[in-house]
Amino acid sequence: MPQREYAGKTVEVDPEGFLVDRQEWTPEIGEALAGEAGIALTSRHWTVIHFCREDTEKQGAPPGLRRIAKLSGVDTKELYQLFPKGPGKLAARIAGLSKPQGCV
Amino acid sequence: MKSLLILGAGTGGTLLANRMARRLPDDWSITIVDPEENHLYQPGLLFLPFGARDEARCLRPRARTLARRVRWSRAAVARVAPERRRVSLADGTALEYDWLVVASGAELRFAETPGLAEAHTGDGAVHDFYSLDGARRLRAALARLEGGRVVLNVAEMPIKCPVAPMEFLFLADDFFRRRGRRERVELTYVTPLDGAFTKPMCNRVLGYLIGAKGIRLETEFALAEVDAGARQIRSFDDRVVPYDLLVSVPVHGGAPFVEASGLGNELGFVPTHPHTLQAKGHERIFALGDATDLPSSKAGSVAHFQGEVLEDNLMRAIAGRAPEEGFDGHTNCFIETGGGKAILIDFNYETEPLAGRFPWAGVGPLDLLKESRLNHLGKLAFRWVYWNAMLPGRHLPISTRMSMTGKTRVAPALPAPAVPGRGDSDAAA
Repeated sequence: MPQREYAGKTVEVDPEGFLVDRQEWTPEIGEALAGEAGIALTSRHWTVIHFCREDTEKQGAPPGLRRIAKLSGVDTKELYQLFPKGPGKLAARIAGLSKPQGCV
Repeated sequence: MKSLLILGAGTGGTLLANRMARRLPDDWSITIVDPEENHLYQPGLLFLPFGARDEARCLRPRARTLARRVRWSRAAVARVAPERRRVSLADGTALEYDWLVVASGAELRFAETPGLAEAHTGDGAVHDFYSLDGARRLRAALARLEGGRVVLNVAEMPIKCPVAPMEFLFLADDFFRRRGRRERVELTYVTPLDGAFTKPMCNRVLGYLIGAKGIRLETEFALAEVDAGARQIRSFDDRVVPYDLLVSVPVHGGAPFVEASGLGNELGFVPTHPHTLQAKGHERIFALGDATDLPSSKAGSVAHFQGEVLEDNLMRAIAGRAPEEGFDGHTNCFIETGGGKAILIDFNYETEPLAGRFPWAGVGPLDLLKESRLNHLGKLAFRWVYWNAMLPGRHLPISTRMSMTGKTRVAPALPAPAVPGRGDSDAAA
């Protein structure tokens, strides 16, 4: 697995840039990952990021878009404004989680 | 008398009931609950829009698909009360159980997307092929269509048979080519995924075929609304795709009683242990097939492999033993690619679809992840296997767990990208 440096810390990432170990994540790494995607984090972003991390601790897997929209208090439309293109994937990456499982 | 209760008599529920009919001692009753009179062979729906007229062979009276020992309660489920081990039915009666299996499948939720339900029942330009009636109506619409923009949209994952949308487009390409109309028809695949398929090796092969057949691909499109007046679909990030004929694969969800009973996730699918198939947080309940929240495909082959595992786990549970982690996510499916050919893929939770020979190394006779005529014949022959071996719960010569035998991690060779269209359709015309 490749390694990258974010906020002065070296972390392992998968080929698509998702952190391998979510325990290595810090809010500063979150800021850096967001910066890489061209996003400056606001309190609304942090609502989503905290929800995703807490939900992953509870469920054992990162939440998909519908689950975030239903339970985080941020609806789908706004999620697309906050995390353009693929909010489920992008929020998970910034939150230091693995890629949400696309169900096949 | 002890009681095993199975909710839903689709592929999974039926094959499990028939398997348990052979396994359970005489002091057990087996009851299956399903309101529909007929059992529908869902893989057959794919061919109906392109002129197949064998609906009759896609349906069988449910009574004929169940072993004599299985009691069929023809009713809809209203609610499950796990703490009382009781299921209330829509007709006001109730059934009690010692062990419960939720096999109630996935349903189409057109109403989840603003504008879709109205357009689907209304103006004749919005269709589906995931229901018998929808597939029939689409057959009439395709026969009439002289040209224009045909858009296939997957609203949201998960859906039943994730490769069916691509099969539909491959068959549509073939259909219009043969009729000399391919030049006048634009085919577009609009998907919420970031590629044709989620697994890299398979994505490469399917992505190649999509390009070679001149099918346009619009990815990461999360459907926000259908605007029937303007004949376009809009995504949450305000991208717009216009259509003359929209084939919609709508949001899927579990049976309504699952959510009403507090057994479902945000889409009404049952949170299920990925290897034992026990419902999370409910010792006396197992889930099977499309009704689960598992990341395995919602497909008949999965219901079959899960059924083998669940049969053993129910016997263990009844004997007071812990269930075994026997299900590995094994999926096996044929993908129609048009022109009488198909691809076969075989994979599980951990291993993506790979190239090789199946089921016997070197011998095959089937090719994995490669187009062939034999795979197409395999797909057609599968209907016989379904009615006569899979549903009755007989042994099939494919192991429950995925096997690496005959597979290679070498990427399959692909021909140089063909220039789609012109030559072929001129010849056809």
